Order: sequence, then structure tokens, then C-alpha cells
Amino acid sequence: MKLKRQVFSYPYIVWMLIFILVPMLLIVLFAFRSDEGLTLGNITSVLSNEIYMEVLGRSIWIALKATAICLILGYPIAYILSTMNKRKAAILYVLFIVPMWMNFLLRTYAWQVLLDSNGVLNTLLELLGLPSQQILYTEGAVMLGTVYNFLPFMVLPIYSVLVKLDRSLVEAAADLGANPITCFIKVVLPQSVPGIISGITMVFIPAITTFAISRLLGGGKFLLYGDLIENQFITLGQSAWPVGSALSFILLILVLLSMAVMRRAERDSGDEGGMLW
Amino acid sequence: MKKIAFLLMIVMAISLFAGCAKSTDTVTLNVLNWGDYIDEELITRFEDETGIKINYTTLANNEEMLVKLQQEDCIYDLCFPSDYIIEKLIGMDLLHEINKDNIPNLKNIDPRFMDLDFDPDNKYSIPYMWGTVGILYNTTMVDDPVNSWDILWNEKYSGQILMYNSIRDTIGITLMKLGCSINTRNEADIAAAEEALIAQKPLVQAYLGDDIKDRMIGGGAALAVVYSGDAMWCMDPEDGNPDLAYSCPDSGTNLWFDNIIIPKTSKHAAEAEKFIDFLCEPDVAAQNAEYIGYSTPNSAALELMGAGYIDNPTYNPDPAYLEKCEIFHDLGDFINVYNDAWMRIISK
Repeated sequence: MKLKRQVFSYPYIVWMLIFILVPMLLIVLFAFRSDEGLTLGNITSVLSNEIYMEVLGRSIWIALKATAICLILGYPIAYILSTMNKRKAAILYVLFIVPMWMNFLLRTYAWQVLLDSNGVLNTLLELLGLPSQQILYTEGAVMLGTVYNFLPFMVLPIYSVLVKLDRSLVEAAADLGANPITCFIKVVLPQSVPGIISGITMVFIPAITTFAISRLLGGGKFLLYGDLIENQFITLGQSAWPVGSALSFILLILVLLSMAVMRRAERDSGDEGGMLW
Repeated sequence: MKKIAFLLMIVMAISLFAGCAKSTDTVTLNVLNWGDYIDEELITRFEDETGIKINYTTLANNEEMLVKLQQEDCIYDLCFPSDYIIEKLIGMDLLHEINKDNIPNLKNIDPRFMDLDFDPDNKYSIPYMWGTVGILYNTTMVDDPVNSWDILWNEKYSGQILMYNSIRDTIGITLMKLGCSINTRNEADIAAAEEALIAQKPLVQAYLGDDIKDRMIGGGAALAVVYSGDAMWCMDPEDGNPDLAYSCPDSGTNLWFDNIIIPKTSKHAAEAEKFIDFLCEPDVAAQNAEYIGYSTPNSAALELMGAGYIDNPTYNPDPAYLEKCEIFHDLGDFINVYNDAWMRIISK
């Protein structure tokens, strides 16, 4: 039985090799190659380029902000879900997952329509007699799109940890005289750290690599690192591939680093997290 | 762009299977074009008339098209690039020399659109559409006269201006505003244009591609840089917005041509030429031009389209005005200076 299962995984492994590993290796190869042979020139030219570094800084900053907002919004949602009765929670849980079945580009296009100056939101504001707002094509819109798209990745891992939490511990703390706030800080929060960490990983990494949201909702005015890479490959053409690969390689290293940091934090906190992948 | 890439992947995946199934008798032409740039009814008509299948794919800008055509395993049989890209492709020896005997309908093309600098004697390309670049504005929001590029730098319209996210077009109009050539190879000119565009950035609502049309029709902005054909589309009496008007600066503008080419890698050049000939038939060209709104170089077709088009200054500008306009040329490696400036402008 066990052997059979392994056999089933072979096509998947072959698929991963061809479509994930090989392109990654190509990126590394392009990043370190020049006409004369191997070189560090592409990497150093990126690292010494002020604009690229400014864009990288901006992307990290936006990703950090989006992650913080997701945590602040996501934790209470996960907590409330975990304290609800099972059936109600299951329905809400599904409602959270359903939008994720749709391609995130489509969801982002939908936000374009909602935020447009003649869109749903502004029509509502006008009905209430409030002045209409130009939200589309601002940094706020980019942030909104990022938080919206990645919020489920924060809620779900925290929820899956909280739902397994032993309620009798909370009751015991309350019996021993802890008020609800102390209960939460001393009992619930420490036990949910693994969920928080995997939530942060799963929001921060896609947020720092995202590229379409900033164009669709930022109107091309808030270039992020992902857009920078896309630009090198799509509009600047073949001569920009080495620089594009160097940019990608640097991002890859950053992502691996932040994953290592998160893994470490997770191990230190003891328990297995509720990873979704 | 991602959306298009995604569609492209689907189309390619499907064509892969389609190709396996029946490669024996029916020829399939892979056509790569801009979005909304052909009346797709005509594709069906061509397929019905000739039995040749068309596999139609779209993308968003010239630079992307160039990347695709440069690939060694380029699968496309027909493409519609702009003037300066054609010049570059000819220089790189990537185009098939068109056999004009297969295109008798070439006689319908107005001689003033033949034998242009970027392709002398039309050895490699056949005129498809042409036009100008100008300013589309909403008359309910703009009360100043629109006759110069300077209005795009007017602080009164802060947050109401849409620009193209296209390197040559956007830097080009800035160069014209500064009184430079749009084909300048002077780094100081580019630096001045870069500075002007960075100064303009706080006034710009967004840098967009084809979305400009929808935003302008919806009244989402007051002023936008557009190609004349897109202006026609937006001002369409049925589907457009009647408040919109189009104007080119008095000092002149960019005159552009999109021609049809066949990549050298095409294995079905004869069938591709048949399709070009079909597109040059007067009634086909007229139907196509009416559908997409771009100016046709086909004089027999223009005649069929009637006075509504012939006398429309947006559609058929005065030849004397066109004398003041400039056509893009390939810049060779100097394009990197434009690219670098553009990256700085959009990253700021």
C-alpha cells in the first residue's frame, strides 16, 4: 500500500522538477552569467542601483504594513470564529475560503470597479450626502488590495490553532482568579503563537512578491519589486534578462531568509503550527 | 497584461492539442495582435471562405511583441507592429519578404501610406491602420482650450490626467512639449523629459494601457493621452461618451502606422499573404475600420465608409497638418537610455 502511494507521487515530482525547479535554476544561471562566463556583475549592478533599492525598500515596507494590518484584523476574526459553535463557524470558515477559489486577479479587478470614482463605493457615499473620494490609484488602494487578498492566509492558520486549544485551561485560569484579559494574554495568546507565525509567513511572502495589485489598483504609480522584475522581462526584452534574473535571485534569497527566521521562531515556540502548505 | 498572458497560455495550450489532432490538411495561422484591433467576425468569414483556420492571440504593447518575435521558436504567422518596431525587425532580418503578387488588393491602399521610411518600397510590411496621438478630454470638466501638450502639466487638472504606460509614447509627447525630436539621441533631452515627467507625476491619476478607454468613457478622468483610433472608439455615438472630444496640439504630434508583417519563421507565408489580401479588400477593410475605429490607409474602403468618416478631423486629419507630424524611428541601443529614464520615472 505504501509503495503504491509513492508511485502515485512520481508524476507530481516530475511536474515539480520541470516547472518549478528548472525555471528556478535558470534564474540563478542567468543571474550569474555574462557573455564572458560567470560573473557577480549583474547582482552588484542591482545592489548598487539606487532606484532598485528604493523600490525594494518600499516593497518591504508595504508588505510589513499589510502583514501588521492582516494580523490586527485577522486575529480577532480567528478568535471569534474559534469560540463560535461548530456549525456556525464551519459556515463562516467556508465563506472565507470561497473567494480564494477565484483567481486573485479577478478579485482585484472587482476592486477596481468598487473603488472607481463612479463606482459602487462612491455612489454609496453620494447617496449618504458625503463627498466622493478618489481611492482608486492611491497607495491606500494598493494596501487595501493586498490586505484583502492575503487576509485569509492570516485567519486560517490562527483559527486552526485556536480551535484545537484546550478550553479547560482557560476555565482553570478563570477559576484561579484570572480576569478575561489576563486569561487571554497568559493562556490563549502564548498557545496561538505557532499560528501567528505561520500566518505572518504566509502573508508577508506573497505580499513582498506581489506585482499585479500595485498596477491594477495603484495605476502604475506605486511600482513594487515584483513589477520591477516583470518590467525587465516583459517590456525591456531579452537584453534585460540577466538584470531581471539578478533581481529575482535577490528576492528569492530574501524570501528564503524570512522563511528561515519564521521557522526558527516557530521551533522556539515549541508547537507545530497550522501551516496551510 | 497578466490577464492577457494568462489567456495566451490557455490559447497556446489549446493550440498545442489542436495541432496534435489534425495537422494533416488544414492550415492554422497564428495571428498576434493588439486587443480590440480586428473585427473578429472577419476572422470567421475568412475561415469559412478559405478553410484556413486562424488562431488569434492578443497582447498589450509593442515592446512585448518585439520580445515574442525575437524568440527563435516564434510560432506566429502574422503580426501588426508599429513603424519603429518594423524598422527594428527589418534591421534584425526577422521578416519575410512579402510576395506582392499574392496581394492584388494592395492597389486599394492610398499611395501616401506606401513606401515610408521605415520600410522603403513596402518589401516587408503592408499598411493596416494609422493615426495620430492626441489628447482626449471631457468637455464637462475641461474649460481651457486643448491645443498644446502643456495642458497635461496644468495643476488645475491634478488627479484628472491619464497617461500611457508606454515608454516611447509617454516620453515622446514630453519631448514634443519641450520642442525636441521624438527620435532624439541626445541624453540631455531625455534627462529634461525625465525631469518634466517626474514633475508631472503628482498630477497624474494613473499610467494605464487599454484601460484608458473605459476610464474616459466612464467619466473617470478629465484628460488622457490617446491614439486617434481609441479617441474614435471613446467618442462613438452609440457606445461612447458624447462629452468627449479629441484634439492634437497645434505644433504637431506623432504620426504612426501599424502595418501587417509575416515573421521569417512562418511556415505558412502564402496563406498569411492570402489573409493580408483579404484584409485589403475594400468592404472587409471598411467593416474592420468601422469596428475598431482606427483610420484605414485603404482609400477604396474609406470611400465606402462615407462622408461621416472622410470629413471627420479625428479620423482623417488634414494632410497639411500631418506635414508637421513626426514618425517614430528605431533608436537602436539608445533605447536603453529611454528605458532607464522610464524606470526612474515610474519608480519615483
